[in-house]
Formats: sequence, structure tokens, C-alpha cells
Amino acid sequence: MARPWRSSPGASAPALTEEPPGDIRSRRRADKARRLRAGLPGLLLVAPALFFYALFVLRPLAATVQYSLYDWNGITTAEWAGLDNYVRLVTDPDLIGPIVNAFQLILYFSVIPVIFGVIAAAIIRKFGESKLALASRTVLFLPQVIPLVAAGIMWTWLLASNGLVNQGLALIGLDGVTRAWLGDFDTALPAVGIIGAWVNVGLCMLLMLAGMTKIDPALYEAARLDGAGAIREFFAVTLPAVKQELGVAIIITVISALRSFDIIYISTQGGPGNATLVPGLEIYRLAFFEREIGQASAMAVALTALVLIVVLPLNRITRSESTS
Amino acid sequence: MRPSSRELLLGRGILIFVMLVTIVPFITLFVTALHPPGTYPDGLSLPEEYHWDNFVLAFQSADMAKMLTSSVLIELGVVPIALLISTLAGFALGHLQVPFRRTLFVVFILGLTLPFEGIIVPLYYQIRDYGLLNTQWAIILPLIGLFMPFAVMWMRAHFVNMPQDLTEAAKVDGASTWQLFWRVHIPLSRPAIASLAILLFLWTWNQFLLAIVLVDDPTKRTMAGALGAFQGQWGTDVPLLCAGSLLILTPVLIVFLVFQRQFVAALLQGAVKG
Repeated sequence: MARPWRSSPGASAPALTEEPPGDIRSRRRADKARRLRAGLPGLLLVAPALFFYALFVLRPLAATVQYSLYDWNGITTAEWAGLDNYVRLVTDPDLIGPIVNAFQLILYFSVIPVIFGVIAAAIIRKFGESKLALASRTVLFLPQVIPLVAAGIMWTWLLASNGLVNQGLALIGLDGVTRAWLGDFDTALPAVGIIGAWVNVGLCMLLMLAGMTKIDPALYEAARLDGAGAIREFFAVTLPAVKQELGVAIIITVISALRSFDIIYISTQGGPGNATLVPGLEIYRLAFFEREIGQASAMAVALTALVLIVVLPLNRITRSESTS
Repeated sequence: MRPSSRELLLGRGILIFVMLVTIVPFITLFVTALHPPGTYPDGLSLPEEYHWDNFVLAFQSADMAKMLTSSVLIELGVVPIALLISTLAGFALGHLQVPFRRTLFVVFILGLTLPFEGIIVPLYYQIRDYGLLNTQWAIILPLIGLFMPFAVMWMRAHFVNMPQDLTEAAKVDGASTWQLFWRVHIPLSRPAIASLAILLFLWTWNQFLLAIVLVDDPTKRTMAGALGAFQGQWGTDVPLLCAGSLLILTPVLIVFLVFQRQFVAALLQGAVKG
């Protein structure tokens, strides 16, 4: 596709003026020149965006890969380390921990909000245009609009030892389980996960609802006539119709779990111990506090690759569904 | 088909429950902010005396006027430039014959899922070499670059769907590419550009990682970054922290409530396209 424009404009420009009629070769070359000239305005329009993208994204991305192959403290001369940083990444439990934590967070950031969102939307769909449902659109988007940092601060307070969560538990007679949820080794990760679930659940629900309002009501009539109950109806009609939205919700929430940083930085700083340490925070810590630039970069490459590996297959599914 | 009353009731119940869960944290924050500063109140309890002056105190002690100015400056640096250059690029990729079009498309798509953490380390050294650490430019310039994949894809998706006839008609009338862009396409693209503007505004305002890594001075950060510093400084004074958080939340909440329709539409579309 892009081939015809690959020759340089200077080389073929003369052919344009002295083109002997009938000579296919030179005509082709002239064609190329003309197309390149026609393409020049387009290239110029893309140039500024490409410039910023290349300078502040592609260049540091390449540098991350480069740094990851060195042992460097940010000050003295870097030493070639080959794949050492990557070997440590997969053998050192302290470095695998954050990655495992990130995958565990997927349960809270993604699985719970998506499942809850799709079920809730299927029920609400039936009165999707009522005043209550319209008001819910505004309310449920609040967590998406505020900074994650603010969500972190709010929930740190809710989950504190004398916070609302414990107050509520005591109220229903569960005094025994109250604790500082974010400070307890057993509950810190789920507690952080709950914050993520709170942020994501509204978005998931509204995405699903948007998908479901496009479904032809006749399909439901037909399902009911065939004697399908609410559950059969859900699996036979509703779920297939929102495949694309479902894919989108999964992709967004999974990415938000893998690259979680803001919430955890604010609420636990990765603690207690390393109980809630995630790759993003570990990169930050390694690079700017431990001064292990190489190791931090290897983690950054791993995180970037991980997100791609998880997202690409999901993306293919939703894209092919939507184009077919 | 009318839903049965039991289904309706269940649906209402779920909806109200989710709305409550969403709202209650904001209410706790608000109620706690009214307690006497320096105390450690229970989660949801009304103070004996309402300390409205906590908001004034938080505003002054955090130098919030400077924080606001800085955030606005950063927004003004990021959003217009990002909008302009992504619209140009999206127009070219979506509507013009551009050499290496497919390659460029793939290159931009690559950046869509990139976690900012993936490039933050070299970015720090790069910004340091430019001598821009601890200035608003340290956030503005990288953020423009980081927004490009989404913004260009967004505008391209919009321009691809513009009918080619329009372009042909304009060409017949003797319009140049530039005129075609400014006179024909831009006026028709206002909704797409407005939605993108909302998303970029929001993502800039809430940007945290770049702010804490590249700018030490909280008064030169984005609002989210400033809030992080505020927590570090006032984390032990819960009522004051809550008051400060609310103050920092207020501008974005006001903007959201004013433009809520556009926001919801933009965020949903943004999710699907991104």
C-alpha cells in the first residue's frame, strides 16, 4: 500500500517534465512523484503530532528498553548487564510479588465490576429511560471524574479503624471483624481492590446499559414467546448483543488493574510490608528511591509487555465482532 | 412489553443501592471536614460545632490559589495544542492520501495501551537534561505526547466517517486542502472535538504520576499531584485533609455537573473507541 511513495521526490521529478508518451516506466515514475507531491500536505499535517509522540513517548520507550540492559544508579557510569535485570525479575520473589499482586487486583478492578455491571444493567434496562435511571448516570460517573488520588484519600478514611466501614460492621453486630483494613497483611490487598471496584463499577454498568438500549425489543418478545425465562433471555439475547461493550469494559478495567498506581500510592504506599506493592509503584520506588534504574526499567518493560499481552487478544475479539 | 412490578422493584433497589455506595464516601468526606481540626472523629458523625473555617484554613495552608493557577496553566498548555495537532493528524490520516499511512496508523496505535509507568524513568532524565524539571513544562510537554495516540485515533475515527463526497464537492469548487480543512471539516467536527477536549481536560487535571515524579513543588503541579502532596503534609489532621480534598475536587465536580451530558457521552465513547 505504502510502496508507491517510497522513492524520493527528487529522483523522479525530472521524469515528469520529459515524459515520452507510451513509455510505461517513466509514466509510472511520474505517477509516483505526483502521488508523493499529493501526499506531502498530509505528511505535514501529521508531523506535529508525530513529533510530540516520538519525542516524549517513543524515545523514552526505547530508552527504557536500553536502560533495562544496564546496571545504573543514575549518577556514575552505567555498566552493561545484559539480561541480568530480567533474570532477577523472574527469580527474585520481591520482584515477582508486585506482578502477582497486579494480577490479583484484576479480580477486584475488573471481574467484580464487570459481572456486577452486566447483571445490574440487564435488570435496569427495563426502565432505562426513567428519571431514576437518568439521575444514576450522573451519580455513577462521579468516581470516573474525580482524581484517583481523591478516591484513595476518601477510602483510606472510610477503611480506617474508626472509619465508616467499621462503624457499619459494628452496627450490624460484626464488631469482631473490624480492623484497620488497609494496615492488615491479610486484608490490605482486597481493601485496595475494593477502592478500584468502587471506581470502575459505575463505568461498567453504564457501558453495558448503553449497549443494551440498542437491542431490538422484538428479540425479547420472541424469546418470551419461546418460553425463555429471565435467565435464558439474559444468556440468549442480552449477553450476545453487548459483546463489544463487554470486551471494552474488560479491557479498560484490566488495564486499570495492571497499571494501578495512584490509589495504592495514596492509601498504602505498597504496605504493609509488600502486601499491596504493584509494578507501577515498584518502578517508582526502584528508580527514584533505590536508584536501581536498570532494574526499574526492566520492570517497566515487563509491565508494558504484560499490558499488551493481556489486551491484544481481548482487543482482537471485540474488533472482529464489531466489524463483522 | 411491560416489565413486571417485581422486576421493577428489584431494579430500583439495585440502582439506589449502587448510587448510595457511590455517594456515601463523598458525604463522609464532607461531614468529616466540618469537625474541629486536629481531631480524629468517627467515620460518619456530626460534629457538635460546624467548623466551616476548615475550608478557609485548608485553602490558605495548602496555598491553594497557587495550585489552582498552576493547574489552569497546565491545562492551557496541554489541551489547545493537543487538540490542534491531533485534529490535523487525524484529518490527514482519516481523509487524505498520506504516504506510509498504514505504518503511521500502527505506530500511533502502539501507544494506546502504554502505561505511563513504562516510560517515566527515562522521561525523568530527558526532562532533566532539558532543564525543565520542577516547571509546568515538565508536565505539559510529555502529556501532549502521551495523549497523541488516543487523540489522533479519536479524530481519525471521526474523519474516516465523513463522506468523501463532501471533499469532492469542495475540490470541484476549487477549495485547497487547507480551505477544505478549515471551512468544511472543522465546522462539522465540533462535537467530536468538544468531546475530546473534555476528556483531555479531565485526564490532565487528574494526572498524578508525571506530577509527583517531575515536579517537586506542589504549587507547580496538577491538582491531583498537589492533592498527593497535601495528603503527605496533612495526613494526620483528618478534618483538614478532608476539607482540602473537597476543595480540590470542587472545580472538576462543577465542570462535570455543568457539562454532564457531554461528559457522560464523551467518557462512554472514549471508552469504546480507546
